[in-house]
Amino acid sequence: MNKITRRQAMGTAAGALAALGIAGATAHAAATDSRAATTPSGTVDEVYQGRRIRITPASGGHHGGHHGGGHSGLPTVRIDGRELHVMRNADGTWISVVNHYETFADPLSLARAAVRELQGATLAPFSPMGGTA
Amino acid sequence: MTVRKNQASLTSEEKRAFTNAVLELKRTGVYDRFVTTHNGFIMSDTDSGDRVGHRSPSFLPWHRRFLLEFEAELQKVDASVALPYWDWTADRTSRSSLWAADFLGGTGRARDGQVMDGPFAYSAGKFPVNVRVDGRAYLRRSLGASVAELPTKAEVDAVLAMPVYDMAPWNSASNGFRNHLEGWRGANLHNRVHVWVGGQMATGVSPNDPVFWMHHAFVDKLWAEWQARHPQSTYLPAAGTANVVDLNGTMRPWNDVTPADMLDHRKFYAFDTEPAAAASQR
Ligand SMILES: [Cu+2]
Ligand SMILES: [Cu+2]
Repeated sequence: MNKITRRQAMGTAAGALAALGIAGATAHAAATDSRAATTPSGTVDEVYQGRRIRITPASGGHHGGHHGGGHSGLPTVRIDGRELHVMRNADGTWISVVNHYETFADPLSLARAAVRELQGATLAPFSPMGGTA
Repeated sequence: MTVRKNQASLTSEEKRAFTNAVLELKRTGVYDRFVTTHNGFIMSDTDSGDRVGHRSPSFLPWHRRFLLEFEAELQKVDASVALPYWDWTADRTSRSSLWAADFLGGTGRARDGQVMDGPFAYSAGKFPVNVRVDGRAYLRRSLGASVAELPTKAEVDAVLAMPVYDMAPWNSASNGFRNHLEGWRGANLHNRVHVWVGGQMATGVSPNDPVFWMHHAFVDKLWAEWQARHPQSTYLPAAGTANVVDLNGTMRPWNDVTPADMLDHRKFYAFDTEPAAAASQR
């Protein structure tokens, strides 16, 4: 009785596609024509969907002491100058505070996902122990 | 005794009592304290360092304690309220009564994801999102947009069948029941539901969406079901494990509660599916 009918299932899929449609198409266009500068060292400086993504790889040492103990060795990811809190999973995938429950293959895909999720909004000031915007 | 019911079976009065109590906690600032605490743990729980709330064995007892504290706050407002649970294996579309205007309100509008109906819509004026990762102060959702399907009953059953609670390396790479339920491995149960709801639910400040509590109440119930199915299995690790909370270790931020204290939910509440609940309800 609570079975999903084929029609309902298709409706859901169509709805999901519709919701993804605009953002997805924009994402694709922006990804293909954004001027990404990825150097061999892993530094990224690109404009994606109108937002500036800058990624500075881990320097091997600390990078400002943002993360406290145990977190060094992470790249610094910035969107329009604001730092995005990122984390590396044990399997090598990445998550951020904006996309916390979904993993991404590398910091750049993670940063682009954050840009899409932000829909133009500004990141709140970086505060590792939470806090209000 | 507190009886946690399936959200689909709540009466209109019960739904209103729950949402009113949530709005009152928002008004007094209590609600936002929970969001702040959660985000702090989300950002500090790491696979290679200390971890308490997530990606570690204490994911389940930590959230049980977190929910108990929130439920106690709700009950200070209205003693009749208990946390409802959302069985997303059964109520799995955006057309579920859960998302109706008389309960949580529905998915966000296409333009900006803003929830436009129900008691938590920004336009209703009583539920601003204050603890946030970006500038947007309105509740957002995009039901089913980032991932089309919620976990199925069959996927849940396969995870409930796993006999070992958790195992080394005791993080997001672990095999075992806890990590499959949390969702870093396998079919992806708990994490996927956060992503399916979208908006704030997909972020570190996920408790901004009141559905957070109902989602975790169901995850909590699945833990109880797993315990019932595997009476010989217990919480692991037992002792002496680096970076994670052993059975009798204390959990931050409370520092006076251990996973062992949280193992038996019947000390605190019953689920409407249990005999104890039927007995306590007239
Ligand atoms: Cu959590
Ligand atoms: Cu969660």
